Amino acid sequence: MKILCCISHVPDTTTRIQFSADGTQLDRTGVTFIVNPYDDFVLARAAELKEKNPSGVHVTVLCVGKNGASSTDNVDSNLRKALALGLDEAVRIDALPVDGYFVANQIAAYAEKQGFDLLFFGKESIDYNGSQVPGMVAALLNLPYISYATSIEIAGQKAVLTREITGGKERIESPLPLVLSAQKGLAEWRIPNVRGIMQAKTKPLHVLPPVEVTPRVQTLRHELPPAKGPFKKIDPDKIEELVQELANKGLI
Amino acid sequence: MSAVAVWAEVSEGRFKKSTLEALTAARTWADALGLPVWAVVIGKEVPQNTSQVLAEYGADKVIRILHPELAEFIPAAYARAMAAFLAAHKVPYAVLSQTYNGRAMAPMLSVWADGALLSGIVQVPEKESAGFRARRIAYSNKAIEWVYTDHLPLIVTMRANAIIPARAPRPSVSEEDFAFTPSAEDLRARPVGVEKVATDKIPLTEAEIVVSGGRGLKGPENWGIIEELAQVLGAATACSKPVADVGWRPHHEHVGQTGIQISPNLYIAIGISGAIQHLAGVASSKNIVVINNDPEAPFFKVADYGIVADAFEVVPRLIEAIKKYKAEHTH
Ligand SMILES: Cc1cc2nc3c(=O)[nH]c(=O)nc-3n(C[C@H](O)[C@H](O)[C@H](O)COP(=O)(O)OP(=O)(O)OC[C@H]3O[C@@H](n4cnc5c(N)ncnc54)[C@H](O)[C@@H]3O)c2cc1C
Repeated sequence: MKILCCISHVPDTTTRIQFSADGTQLDRTGVTFIVNPYDDFVLARAAELKEKNPSGVHVTVLCVGKNGASSTDNVDSNLRKALALGLDEAVRIDALPVDGYFVANQIAAYAEKQGFDLLFFGKESIDYNGSQVPGMVAALLNLPYISYATSIEIAGQKAVLTREITGGKERIESPLPLVLSAQKGLAEWRIPNVRGIMQAKTKPLHVLPPVEVTPRVQTLRHELPPAKGPFKKIDPDKIEELVQELANKGLI
Repeated sequence: MSAVAVWAEVSEGRFKKSTLEALTAARTWADALGLPVWAVVIGKEVPQNTSQVLAEYGADKVIRILHPELAEFIPAAYARAMAAFLAAHKVPYAVLSQTYNGRAMAPMLSVWADGALLSGIVQVPEKESAGFRARRIAYSNKAIEWVYTDHLPLIVTMRANAIIPARAPRPSVSEEDFAFTPSAEDLRARPVGVEKVATDKIPLTEAEIVVSGGRGLKGPENWGIIEELAQVLGAATACSKPVADVGWRPHHEHVGQTGIQISPNLYIAIGISGAIQHLAGVASSKNIVVINNDPEAPFFKVADYGIVADAFEVVPRLIEAIKKYKAEHTH
């Protein structure tokens, strides 16, 4: 069974976000980039499947991205971190991820010839939360798509999954190959061990040129969110004041 | 004739608030463009009073795409149906809400319609040179991004709670069926059962008010005050990650970077420190009340109202004060 895990390279939530003077681009200086947290769930699930059947499962990790200038902004090192979970090989498509359409087309063009049974994604990336790429890849390759998956079990050429929906969960059956986007629950996050980290250093990491695709959406600029309204401290002994404030705003 | 199409999502046999938000967005956009709004209902049958409800919120025409195989939501089948309709009538604009199903369907629709997708926008697209621009929230609520596209068809998804549904009654509404049969390929990922969690509760993603508890509450046995406050406010309940991790509360209540992202009108955080990963899921709430006994808790920095106090002492009094206010002001 062949699994493709697509990961994105995103600024750590705890880092300060600043932009270039014209606001079009993230100022990457001093920013630490991590593997998107939702992608960690699919890496962990792929590692579990690999562990159960080391010779029968092959896992490729893919990222569309360019290495940044600093050591904390290096796509290759994030790919190696992923490989350290016991996965087999990595692919970096050497292009800036301009928009979801561009990225999805890069992944689809690569995956098309590879015969993957499972194409794994996180439910969204924490930079733009667009949930665009997995569904677009599924549509481009015309494969079944299960979004917000919280579990997947495989039996032969079929999978049984659960998917989060408003107010509950849905069970889904699908033939392979399929595209899945992961929600928390798909697997427990894993931390690589020393042996995995050592082995990852020599695992194959292929750098491929992008295919030609014209992006459809561009960023005009970024702004910082509007300043918060004034903070009001409420005396715990005058709790009615809070109730009145909320009522004035039509919230009660 | 051109129009703004809107996917009128049906959930449990009715149109929820998120659908009305999408309709309002479509109406606002269509008015700016001088176009009609076509509301597209996909399923096995349409809910009762479909045309009345959709016309009330601004639809000029109701399009029904009905087929027995569309009884349940399957993203590929629904996306194909919508794409076929947009193509047949050369509709250049489509609006969906960013619900679980809207998010699943929109990217597939954008590919099959050969369109551009602006997702999670917080305002209706505005004309800009040859195309449109719109705002969305980026970097875990730490920035706002302006995006632009001049590619048509343009498909947009509206972030939940970004727009307030507004009545915009139309004098008359027409109805039309659009024939579509999903292919076997579109039906491959089949739902085989649904597990509902406590249906009497308000789903977190739709709630206008959310009451949330953290580790400061010390244990699951103390959640009575959270539940009761939520009940008097008509709110949904949420929790921080460690609370869900240790099983004090179910996982579907976990909000934050790794849980659910919400932006209710009012978020009340009780015994939550306000770690950046937690804020990533809630900081776009329109009003934030923080109750914490530590005056240094980082949550106060993003709060509109703060009470430095022991939750066990102050929350019961807050509940009483709200009850009193409601008793005095409801007639
Ligand atoms: C990669 C990553 C992802 C994460 N994702 C998330 C996420 O999605 N969501 C999330 O919530 N967290 C997430 N976290 C965890 C996050 O960093 C915090 O650890 C967590 O939010 C803290 O939860 P808490 O505020 O409930 O607990 P604590 O930090 O322990 O805070 C408890 C608070 O309660 C107050 N308190 C104590 N007693 C009382 C009392 N009697 N009355 C009033 N107040 C009281 C304390 O002063 C304190 O501020 C993530 C962490 C990482 C590393």
